[in-house]
Amino acid sequence: MSRHFVSIEGLSKVYPSKEQDLVVFEGANIGIDKGEFVCIIGHSGCGKSTILNVMAGLETPTTGTMIMDNKEASGPSLDRGVVFQNYSLLPWLTALQNVSFGVKARWPAWNKTKVDAHSSHFLEMVGLSGALHRKPSELSGGMCQRVSIARAFATSPKLLLLDEPFGALDALTRGVIQDELLKIWSETQQTVFMITHDVDEAILLADRVLLMTNGPHARVAESVKINIPRPRNRANIIEDPAYYKIRNYLVNFLVKRSGQLSGSAGQVGGATQEVDPSVEINPQSEQSAALKAVI
Amino acid sequence: MASLNMKATLLSLLLLLVGLGIWEAMNQAPSATAGLSEYELMMGGADQEARVPPPSQVFSHAWDELSDPFYDAGPNDKGIGIQLAYSLYRVLTGYLAAALIAIPLGFVIGMSPLMHKALNPFIQVLRPISPLAWMPLALFIIRDSEGSAIFVIFICSIWPMLINTAFGVANVRTDWIKVARTHELSPLKTAFLVILPAAAPTILTGMRISIGIAWLVIVAAEMLVGGTGIGYYVWNEWNNLDLNSVIFSILMIGIVGMLLDMTLAAVTKLVQYED
Ligand SMILES: Nc1ncnc2c1ncn2[C@@H]1O[C@H](COP(=O)(O)OP(=O)(O)OP(=O)(O)O)[C@@H](O)[C@H]1O
Ligand SMILES: [Mg+2]
Repeated sequence: MSRHFVSIEGLSKVYPSKEQDLVVFEGANIGIDKGEFVCIIGHSGCGKSTILNVMAGLETPTTGTMIMDNKEASGPSLDRGVVFQNYSLLPWLTALQNVSFGVKARWPAWNKTKVDAHSSHFLEMVGLSGALHRKPSELSGGMCQRVSIARAFATSPKLLLLDEPFGALDALTRGVIQDELLKIWSETQQTVFMITHDVDEAILLADRVLLMTNGPHARVAESVKINIPRPRNRANIIEDPAYYKIRNYLVNFLVKRSGQLSGSAGQVGGATQEVDPSVEINPQSEQSAALKAVI
Repeated sequence: MASLNMKATLLSLLLLLVGLGIWEAMNQAPSATAGLSEYELMMGGADQEARVPPPSQVFSHAWDELSDPFYDAGPNDKGIGIQLAYSLYRVLTGYLAAALIAIPLGFVIGMSPLMHKALNPFIQVLRPISPLAWMPLALFIIRDSEGSAIFVIFICSIWPMLINTAFGVANVRTDWIKVARTHELSPLKTAFLVILPAAAPTILTGMRISIGIAWLVIVAAEMLVGGTGIGYYVWNEWNNLDLNSVIFSILMIGIVGMLLDMTLAAVTKLVQYED
């Protein structure tokens, strides 16, 4: 087995309770290579955020370990930058101060000039050079999210964890920030792990999409390769022959198989199946059924 | 069109004038016509009914007092400025001592559920005690009227600050704590860079409530311990039957209280943030 940059083995999370313990997910094995962009999709409540929080070190797993860069990763660390779903900016600081908050934590020895220059560089990258000195309350939701992305990228973490970063944004703004994220990612060669609800977003951004079955006892059932050349953008991606195959496969999983597979951990033995829909032939009936279900 | 502020100011002035006018008209000494007894003359008017001095008299008295606020002519005759300074000194000493204890302790209570549970019964019992009820015990233990007055201020201003600090610290959004954790901030840095600014508006609200209570209590406390201070001054002038001074000092208590509150309100504004 090839050694991944990040490898998660046998991860599970159980919330104990008086009547019946809640097994959120179990037997999760995830491998992420350096520079890879991985998305994870699953129904609401299946435990995506829980996995991400465990990876961020904000929660302890019930079983399993995470190895990153040949070291066990436990507890929060500046090596793993997090963009939270609700931005989590500090409202008493300006955009620039929010970013330099992270930069100062990362490089305590830097002087103010250097910290500010580095921070404003990353705010420029997300197109916010005009709003450096505004507080989050004076920024729109999309702008706040961009500050939060700039804060995470500015500390150059080894692994970037994004929890539905665009969930609260309108489609137009989301498109703009997706493009910005792709741009920074290709410039910085970051390793990214991102949660999303949006199949199209996952196809646009990811090298691989992990599919989770429904909870409780959720599993990371499949790892779907997104075999579409880069650079991608929203306009040209739909012309790629693989696009609809991949899209149908993902939608079909979410609509039908995520429920069917749930709770059947014993059958598959917890292994994550690798799939490449661009070369595999799916039964036509399933495809059209899936399409009908979405449209 | 005049703005709302302009209108409000005009209305306030009008109400003030009407109020003063009624007060003045109702309390005029009847014109000395004829045959007043010596006693009546001495009392400054004709009838037996006690009269509140009219505003004109109070203001002319206020003018005299305020034109020389810091004179000192012996223990029972000091200027209003000196008396207020004594009271302010006691209030600020007790208040700052309370803040020095209440804010760190509030942090501990707010951050540790164990400490919260352990200390809460004491707070709940001690808080409803009238600050003046401590006075005899304070006088016995401290054996000094000055120290006892400061202690009473200390004990009455500690509770709102303690409770608000604990509440503000305990309710800092977990998202912000997570930000601190993912940036590997030490507990001390988290306290100063995240929790303190996040809880500052709540803490300052507590401090504002406290200074208000302290100013209320100092008047009563000084009436009890005597000697100096605005509370003692009011009571002393009442014993002298000098109602001009009584009314004048009541007004001064109100004005100084308002200034204290305005100061804290201005500081609160500095740390306020919009979420
Ligand atoms: N502290 C907790 N105690 C008990 N149960 C919890 C706790 N946190 C989360 N859960 C449960 O774990 C499950 C997974 O939650 P999680 O937030 O990871 O879902 P999610 O996949 O991120 O959902 P969404 O897509 O809606 O964000 C849910 O059923 C939730 O009720
Ligand atoms: Mg979630």
